[in-house]
Amino acid sequence: MTAVTTTAPTAVTARHAGPLATLQQTMTLAWRSLVQIKHNPWELLDLSIQPIMFLLLFTYVFGGAISGSTGDYLQFALPGLLVQNALFYTLSTAIGLNTDITKGVFDRLRSLPIARTAPLSGRIIADTAKQVWAFALLVGFGMVLGFRVETSLTGLLGALALLVVVALAMSWMSVLIGLKASNPEKVQMVAFSLMMPLTFTSSALVPSQTFPGWLETWSDINPVTHLADAIRGLLIGGEVAQPTMISLLWAAGFAAVFAPLAIRAFRSRV
Amino acid sequence: MQYAIEATGLAKRYGETRALDGIDLAVPQGRLLGVLGPNGAGKTTAVRILATLLRPDEGRAAVGGFDVVKDAHRVRSLIGLTGQYAAVDEMLTGVENLVMIGRLLGMSRADSRRRAAELLERFDLSDAGGRATKTYSGGMRRRLDLAASLVGRPQVLFLDEPTTGLDPRSRTELWSVVRGLMADGVTVLLTTQYLEEADQLADDIVVFDHGRVIASGTSDELKATTGAQVLEVRPLEAAHLDLVAEVVADVIGETPDLTGGRVTASVHDPAVVSAVVRRLDDLGVVASELALRKSSLDEVFLAITGHRAEEEPTAEKEEVFA
Repeated sequence: MTAVTTTAPTAVTARHAGPLATLQQTMTLAWRSLVQIKHNPWELLDLSIQPIMFLLLFTYVFGGAISGSTGDYLQFALPGLLVQNALFYTLSTAIGLNTDITKGVFDRLRSLPIARTAPLSGRIIADTAKQVWAFALLVGFGMVLGFRVETSLTGLLGALALLVVVALAMSWMSVLIGLKASNPEKVQMVAFSLMMPLTFTSSALVPSQTFPGWLETWSDINPVTHLADAIRGLLIGGEVAQPTMISLLWAAGFAAVFAPLAIRAFRSRV
Repeated sequence: MQYAIEATGLAKRYGETRALDGIDLAVPQGRLLGVLGPNGAGKTTAVRILATLLRPDEGRAAVGGFDVVKDAHRVRSLIGLTGQYAAVDEMLTGVENLVMIGRLLGMSRADSRRRAAELLERFDLSDAGGRATKTYSGGMRRRLDLAASLVGRPQVLFLDEPTTGLDPRSRTELWSVVRGLMADGVTVLLTTQYLEEADQLADDIVVFDHGRVIASGTSDELKATTGAQVLEVRPLEAAHLDLVAEVVADVIGETPDLTGGRVTASVHDPAVVSAVVRRLDDLGVVASELALRKSSLDEVFLAITGHRAEEEPTAEKEEVFA
């Protein structure tokens, strides 16, 4: 062990982190979430294998039964799988945040002279990057299997943009869960029991016309249905404006409810 | 006098529980204050308030002259914190953990790397620096955690039970690191349940129990506060133990403790020693060990609080996340 001199720290000046420092701290913490993938390929697999597995299972197991041919079903289901995957993935924000809290990393970050928001915004930026990656992967793999974007590149980018916007709105709920849950396993449980029924009772994976009446009524209300319809419209054609509008309204409503709750939970910790 | 850490009347409640019930602390620059107490005594709560992680309900505290509530950001630029849990990102390597902190503190990429390498070498982690920290042993994680709290060259360091759960070797290693920091002039506040640790490291000691400071002073002063010294007599022949106990009881007027083949009793008057020796000599009992020593901090704690330091139920673990 060698001696490390302890000199006086840099002059204590600012009472808060400036905007430029805040940005740099946010990017450092985003880097921290992304560089993990390098050491934990499983996380990447988690992120990529699961949607691909769903894609394969749904297309080849249920596809024929639902749409008559796997090719037709793939066209129908891929947009829905993109939605399902994006919604599921918003909860990784909760899991990551909660892990930081239970492991003490969150406290370490809070004891540093950095912007209070940096740990949160850095994580959300990283998770958004992962969302884009998962989207590209699913679309790419779908294309290998025979999926065709029937609209245009603009439609494809529009679909990505809409999913990212909705995911960001949802991440407020994710932050709240992450701050409140007692451990990461609980977060996973909440995620599963919330997202599974929500995505399955929508038109994301099967046409809702075959549902019994009460379920079809619910499916028409279910925001996932509107989001799936919008993404479908953007990728393979059909109505776009109305389902997109409704999806954005839901997203706005979601953010309006959960953002204040999440911020309050965050403040009480910061 | 300028204190590096100063607190007056700190109080914190969790529902009905008074985690802190009016604590005063003052640590001069460059000294090490040992905060001693059982689980649930309020040690962690005090550290969390001083490290700006928790707001006090009452009272005020300043670190390096800055108020921990009003000037939290400035306080944070002066302090380092190592908690009970090794707060390292398990997915990152040792180097990445330290570089991340350096970058967060505004160092350039090159400076962060240099500082990380320097600290890893100091803590004998150079070889493991490129590995994900989830592969580290408990002792290695603690060392990395301590390294992480030193990246910014803090003037004031909070060590919250830094050796809890460490094996004796790692503990001794950590002690030597802390001594090195003190030699560098860093002010340290260290909480511990281990009386030996406070005895080994601390310039001054405060004893917490149920959210209050129940005693304070140097190790020697605390040992003297009970007014007691400890007489220990071990007979050469084990069969004489009861006889020795009788003699001691007779001379000091109290029933002594008989454990480990030794008669132990606290005495207030050193003159009793010669009396005991004379009586034993008359009876022809030979002692293989006969000593008068200052009471250990363990005995001091027992004398002040009426209970031993390490047998309280664990309540503090919960308050960490409250």
